[in-house]
Amino acid sequence: MNDYLLISFIMTVIGASTPILLAALGELVVEKSGVLNLGVEGMMLVGAVTGFAVTSITGMPLVGIIVAAITATLAALIFAYLTLTLTANQVATGLALTIFGIGLSSLLGEGFVGFTIDVMGPVFPAGLAEHPVLRVVFGHNVVVYFSIAMIGAVAWFLKKSRAGLILRAVGESDSSAHSIGYSVIGVRYAAVAFGGAMAGIGGSYYSLVLTPMWAEQLTAGRGWIALALVVFSAWRPWRLLLGAYFFGVVMTLELYTKAAGITLIAPELLAAMPYIATIAVLALISLRKSAGAQAPACLGQPFKPST
Amino acid sequence: MTNFTRRNILKTAGAAATLPLLGTMARGTAPLKVAFVYLGPIGDHGWTYAHEQGRQAAIAQYGDAIETTIVENVAEGPDSERVIRNLAEQGNELIFTTSFGYMNPTLKVAKRYKNVKFEHASGYKQSKNVASYNARYYQGRAVCGTIAGHMSETGVAGYIASFPIPEVVQGINAFTLAARKVNPDFQTRVLWVSSWYDPAKEADAAKALFDQGADIIAQHTDSPAALQAAEQRGLMAFGQSWDMSSFAPTAHLTAIQNNWGIYYVDRIAKVLAGNWSTGSTWWGMKEGAVEMSPFNDRIPAEVQAAAIATRDNIIDGSVPAFAGPISDNTGTERLAAGGALDDGALNGIDWYVEGVSA
Repeated sequence: MNDYLLISFIMTVIGASTPILLAALGELVVEKSGVLNLGVEGMMLVGAVTGFAVTSITGMPLVGIIVAAITATLAALIFAYLTLTLTANQVATGLALTIFGIGLSSLLGEGFVGFTIDVMGPVFPAGLAEHPVLRVVFGHNVVVYFSIAMIGAVAWFLKKSRAGLILRAVGESDSSAHSIGYSVIGVRYAAVAFGGAMAGIGGSYYSLVLTPMWAEQLTAGRGWIALALVVFSAWRPWRLLLGAYFFGVVMTLELYTKAAGITLIAPELLAAMPYIATIAVLALISLRKSAGAQAPACLGQPFKPST
Repeated sequence: MTNFTRRNILKTAGAAATLPLLGTMARGTAPLKVAFVYLGPIGDHGWTYAHEQGRQAAIAQYGDAIETTIVENVAEGPDSERVIRNLAEQGNELIFTTSFGYMNPTLKVAKRYKNVKFEHASGYKQSKNVASYNARYYQGRAVCGTIAGHMSETGVAGYIASFPIPEVVQGINAFTLAARKVNPDFQTRVLWVSSWYDPAKEADAAKALFDQGADIIAQHTDSPAALQAAEQRGLMAFGQSWDMSSFAPTAHLTAIQNNWGIYYVDRIAKVLAGNWSTGSTWWGMKEGAVEMSPFNDRIPAEVQAAAIATRDNIIDGSVPAFAGPISDNTGTERLAAGGALDDGALNGIDWYVEGVSA
């Protein structure tokens, strides 16, 4: 692999990894609070379509991204109301949210099919952003840097901040957190809303950057990869960063090796790698049984305050 | 025209069920009811859009003599069977089902509604009241190949392909054969993405191909994502199913357009005249079912002339898209000079011509 190819490869990997990283980071926080939201794909699509619509009207991608975050949060809050307030089954509701998101985004997007927008450019000046080598670091748009910064922020939040400790307490033992006076439902609402916002931004990355257009089911199942990624990372933010880039490398490597005519590894195997890796990690986790590497204890369980 | 959503169709199904077979009675002055089942939204700017243009052509031709109904976004499989049955129940006399996956549902419904005529696109099964139709897209691929042979500076094309079925393999081979007539060293690198529609993957596939020496992309997938990638890189690509130049004004050289209208007008005429019969139709550029969208101005005049010559030679049969000699990519001769592959060979094609790496 020559330098140009290597750098191009890395640029493509970063593009492929960023949206799943964002969506998965949101879901990580949601799951840490003890809620399983399988509606990531649906929220991503809602974000993708609204972000695109607003950008094509206003011409401002940043406004589009913010609107994407807001609308996907609204979708997430429907889920929160059903599962947290009405204690509906989280798995079923999450799946329903995905189906709802697919349908709603198709409906909203009907008038925007065939539109084109200008793609968001890199943050840094052209001298750095288009440098043949330095573009690996400086050649990205604001969302890429935002995604990395958010990993740091979430890692700090969960580990060091008081609010983060409360969130984890709610996810590990909802009744204990409740008994010492924390609002379990309130914390979970906030976590689900954050998950929605991140999924919305991740979804809008497809319609605004990677494939600047709207078409039905534009995200084509990436929300499910994000869900797998959360498990793969064992609910740890920095490992999530590694995992997202690992998934990105695997997905991109499949295409680059095929384009080069290399058939050392079956491309089907590469395509299946994210899922195989996730299953392998799940198996390892269940073997190890060490605290911290496991799923939040209350994951997916509805909480009804006793009083 | 009535634009039914699936939901409305279901709602009216109950009412329609009380009027069995009304539409199949003698027509008199009532318009012929024709229905179309679409896979995607009309606005997909590809496959479904092309069928919708065909319907519009039929309306332009027959005006009030026909009454058309469409159902968009019909998933292949059981869902489609329900939609097709409801359309038959509502008295449609001619129903076009426009995706491969509707084949078995169409045949199943057709058994129950013997007076309704069905037309299924891109399948291979027929029955007494189910005809099938498809277009020779590969002829358009040959024209693209001629252009690619002239325009590519690296002599390497990337080909984003869905699944290795004959229809796709024909296209890859026709494209490469034509390009190698211009540039004997021309190479086609095929990248299978195992999907008809995955925009992000199609875009990444285009990037992977560009990064490894391709400067022109052809595709047999449905989204304009690869064209956008070409536009961003300042390189070239061909559109699929319909003119996609709005997505990539500079990169889009031309597109293969599926001109279904010509077939729809013909079939409706036959029903109106009462001489419709089943069968399998495979029309190409000669009949006008496959056309090239306007050439990009960046293509030099002599290249445009060469592309038009390729088209004309296919149309008059003097140089078919699969004219011998043809060797496959292992070096074995598949067809001697002077021959041409017949339809049987094309429908079973599972090998690649010289110059293809797949």
